[in-house]
Amino acid sequence: MARAAVQRRLSWRLGEVAELIDETPRVRSVVLGVAGWPGHRAGQHVDVRLTADDGYQAQRSYSIASAPDTPERLALTVERLDDGEVSPYLVGELRVGDTLELRGPIGGYFVWDVGMGGPLLLIAGGSGICPLMAMLRHRAARGSAVPTRLLYSSRSLEDVIYRDELHRLMATGKGLEVFHTLTRVQPPEWPGYRRRIDQDMLAEVTWPPDLHPLVFVCGPTPLVESVATALVQLGHEPGRIKTERFGPTGG
Amino acid sequence: MDETQLRLDGNAAAGLLQEVFVHELTSARGACASCGAVAEVGAQHLYMYPQSPGAVLRCSACASVLLVLVQGGGHLRLALPGFMWLEFREAGAQAG
Repeated sequence: MARAAVQRRLSWRLGEVAELIDETPRVRSVVLGVAGWPGHRAGQHVDVRLTADDGYQAQRSYSIASAPDTPERLALTVERLDDGEVSPYLVGELRVGDTLELRGPIGGYFVWDVGMGGPLLLIAGGSGICPLMAMLRHRAARGSAVPTRLLYSSRSLEDVIYRDELHRLMATGKGLEVFHTLTRVQPPEWPGYRRRIDQDMLAEVTWPPDLHPLVFVCGPTPLVESVATALVQLGHEPGRIKTERFGPTGG
Repeated sequence: MDETQLRLDGNAAAGLLQEVFVHELTSARGACASCGAVAEVGAQHLYMYPQSPGAVLRCSACASVLLVLVQGGGHLRLALPGFMWLEFREAGAQAG
């Protein structure tokens, strides 16, 4: 996507909720129609601002989960954090037709376009899948066959966000492989991994470093730190590993 | 909660930084004035403490403070104590 020729300061705009999709018991996707949306790149995020009746405002960042190729349906996928100020409202209270204040797109570092090529190695923990899903959806929308592997860590099968869509993308697209690991609860006869991501798992799933994969890692800070460290120990170039950590300030 | 738990990537500050800079700053490269390491701003370490009014960007190589952004009382204060230089891609130039 061509970058806007004239860079402008961020401004708040209104999005109207077009659809709400329950992805897991704790996670919901909010699909918005945003008038005048300037377009985005896969991996970018938006700031969302809520204003209470008394004027109190709370603001959080959410990754854009939809592809740049479907700008009329901007999707944010939000995990409910029980002590959060913003996510319980977005996951529990928001209704179709409501409006939401947001600004963006934001960020230019943790992004991937089909033109950047691959091989593409994506590693997600929990709702860290969201910006990576934008990349996978973008890749599919463009009919790209860039060799791509996703390693996705979830607590249990019911916590796997986009489970059906990932399965469909793998079945219908070219060159996409998806590996799941379930860290807490596994169904009987579960064929995937059953532990936290570690160096042995990365060695099995990833390409050798001499293929120079482009790596994107997104998840909770401890997962991102351990994955990035293990990848470097396996010989991957630090400069080709991009990370996005979730901190404790979210919600 | 230890420091590791609080650590984010510089790209988490993209929205805050865009309130000050017209250029997208997280894809800009910068050199640490302390150790000379060069990295994209988005790849540095960011500390945004809960309940605090700002953000601290530290060098991912030597942990020196590169940038501090504090918001409050209708002001946004930017301190850049640790960058030797910042390099932005000019609009229209190819990514690479």
